[in-house]
Amino acid sequence: MKKTSSLMLALVIALSVASSGCGRTAQISEAKKAYTIGMIVKGLGNPFMEACGKGFEEALKEYGDRAIYQGPSIPTAEGQIEIIENFIAQKIDAIVITANDAQAVVPALKKAMDAGIKVISFDSSVAAEGRLVHVNQADAKLIGRLQIQAMAEMIDYKGEIAILSAGATMTNQNAWIKYMEEELRNKKYSGMKLVTVVYGDDLRDKSYNEAMGLFKAYPNLKGIIAPTAVGLAAAANAITDAGLIGKVKLTGLGLPSEMAQWIKNGACESMFLWNPVDLGYLAGQAAHSLVTGEITGKVGEKFIAGKLGEREIIKDPTGGVQIMLGFPFKFDKSNIDKWKDIY
Amino acid sequence: MEKISILRNMYLNLKISKFKGIGLVFFILLLSIIIGLRNPNYLTVGNIRDMLLDTTILAIMALGMMLVIVTRGIDLSVASVLALSGMLVGLFVEKYQWAPASVTIFIGLAIGSFCGAITGFIVAKGKVMPIIATLGMMNVYRGLTFVISGGRWVNAHQMPESFKQMTRTSIFGIDFLIFIAILVYIVFYYFIYYTRTGRQIYAVGSNPEAAHITGINIDYILQLVYTLMGSLSGLAGVLWVSRYASAQSDTAMGLEMSVIAACVLGGVKITGGSGEVYGVLLGSILIGIINNALPLVRISPFWKLALQGVIILVAVIINAIIQKKVER
Repeated sequence: MKKTSSLMLALVIALSVASSGCGRTAQISEAKKAYTIGMIVKGLGNPFMEACGKGFEEALKEYGDRAIYQGPSIPTAEGQIEIIENFIAQKIDAIVITANDAQAVVPALKKAMDAGIKVISFDSSVAAEGRLVHVNQADAKLIGRLQIQAMAEMIDYKGEIAILSAGATMTNQNAWIKYMEEELRNKKYSGMKLVTVVYGDDLRDKSYNEAMGLFKAYPNLKGIIAPTAVGLAAAANAITDAGLIGKVKLTGLGLPSEMAQWIKNGACESMFLWNPVDLGYLAGQAAHSLVTGEITGKVGEKFIAGKLGEREIIKDPTGGVQIMLGFPFKFDKSNIDKWKDIY
Repeated sequence: MEKISILRNMYLNLKISKFKGIGLVFFILLLSIIIGLRNPNYLTVGNIRDMLLDTTILAIMALGMMLVIVTRGIDLSVASVLALSGMLVGLFVEKYQWAPASVTIFIGLAIGSFCGAITGFIVAKGKVMPIIATLGMMNVYRGLTFVISGGRWVNAHQMPESFKQMTRTSIFGIDFLIFIAILVYIVFYYFIYYTRTGRQIYAVGSNPEAAHITGINIDYILQLVYTLMGSLSGLAGVLWVSRYASAQSDTAMGLEMSVIAACVLGGVKITGGSGEVYGVLLGSILIGIINNALPLVRISPFWKLALQGVIILVAVIINAIIQKKVER
């Protein structure tokens, strides 16, 4: 009996270990001097990250480089550090990372740079000393402003609005909210009032509950801005279930595939997002240019980023240098069908 | 003769149980009044309905968890089973758009039972401690969800309308979700209090040695409770995906803690052998109120989390005080 039990225990542990670590490698045909570049995403199983990975692999294919796509199964900094250590041991040429914690991954990335590996961050940046360049999806100020403008047009510049965000500690979201508040101070929005900011923690049920709560806590609410994919979809679902389509307007940042249903039924008239495939593509292009020495990470340097054309390295106001992807894209009824199957 | 003694036990059971719930009922009423004073919208029919809708999934799962805890066990894998079942059903309806929505309920139940049966086998036959076995299986099922979906989500527009509408319709004037929960509670109430197997679960939990001597097949009982738990989690997965119109690999991450909390609040003893259906129902409703009502009272989101903990602690304390008074 004892034997069976210890056997079972071993089996369970083995299975659980096996299930927690996985990744995928895209082998690209051996060409001249092929570099190996690894992308570390926030976590596996996130369609936004998968889309970034697609663009990244596409970029490297153009040069015959080898792309490795990896991420922890739960989005933690510890999981990412483990992968970085792994990459250092494998002596790859460059690491492209979107950080789960801007500070926590810095020591490991410094070690990688000491070993001659080029480090680039994209999407969610690493603190300046832990990277050479950051590939930025879009200006935070612009993202904040666009959402307020869209909401203002929907509600005709008057009424109460609320923000449904992800986590209270998330750098991205907080920066956008800060710029939204700044934009609202503009005189033309004097008829609009931001009544509250609530947090759905990017959990489907909690975001849904928070949205439902907003309708009841603020009966005069005219609009919700949700600068996060899960929150936006949950809010749209809640607006539909509460029979408030047209009465409470909604905009924010979301994935077309997830929002198609709600954009079509009118719960969300329009929303914004940059193209994650392009974001991954630009990160891949920048990584290749760094490895070949075409750029070194100094302000003013220029390189050709494949199909995206010429890009320049500029100063990052939060420290270090960055490369900009461009404007966020607006999705509405007219174009959602085209995008919903892409990402 | 035997029948009479069973009936007598049942009578005693109900009599005691009526007393035990009073503390919790009192606290729920008190909390409702306080919240109602702060936001009159809280005590409207519409909101109470929303609240019950949000509580159903938790209440269904807590019932299964109670049986597991009664046998001195615990099941940490429930949220993962929910996610796996939800994902498989999501992929199924995406591929077979014509499939009637009611079929998905049975698919969910089947997937859940299968997962639960494996966990049960490891606990009953493998003699692995429940907390370790289910911790392992929690990762296994979550990992499988990632593997099967390939990290993809099933989105609202990929699901047929009939499937999404399932949890938004009503049966005999009762909302579908609430109807299913009532049905599950009636079936389990009968099973737990009126069948021999149901009572054996309590016997195994309160005194395994004695249960063994009286000829109860302990392995069978353990296997059974984990399978039942699995089937309820599988059912919950279908309801979840239909209600929130999205299946993703990280669905309901951490829900197991709420389920366990609902049981403990409802007076289920973590040491086994004791726990009542009405207690679990009250515990679930209390958790539901906390989740539903806190967004309604206009307080800073940063205070909400702290407040949530305080409310749960106060509930436990008030419950204990009142119970002591009543027992005297």
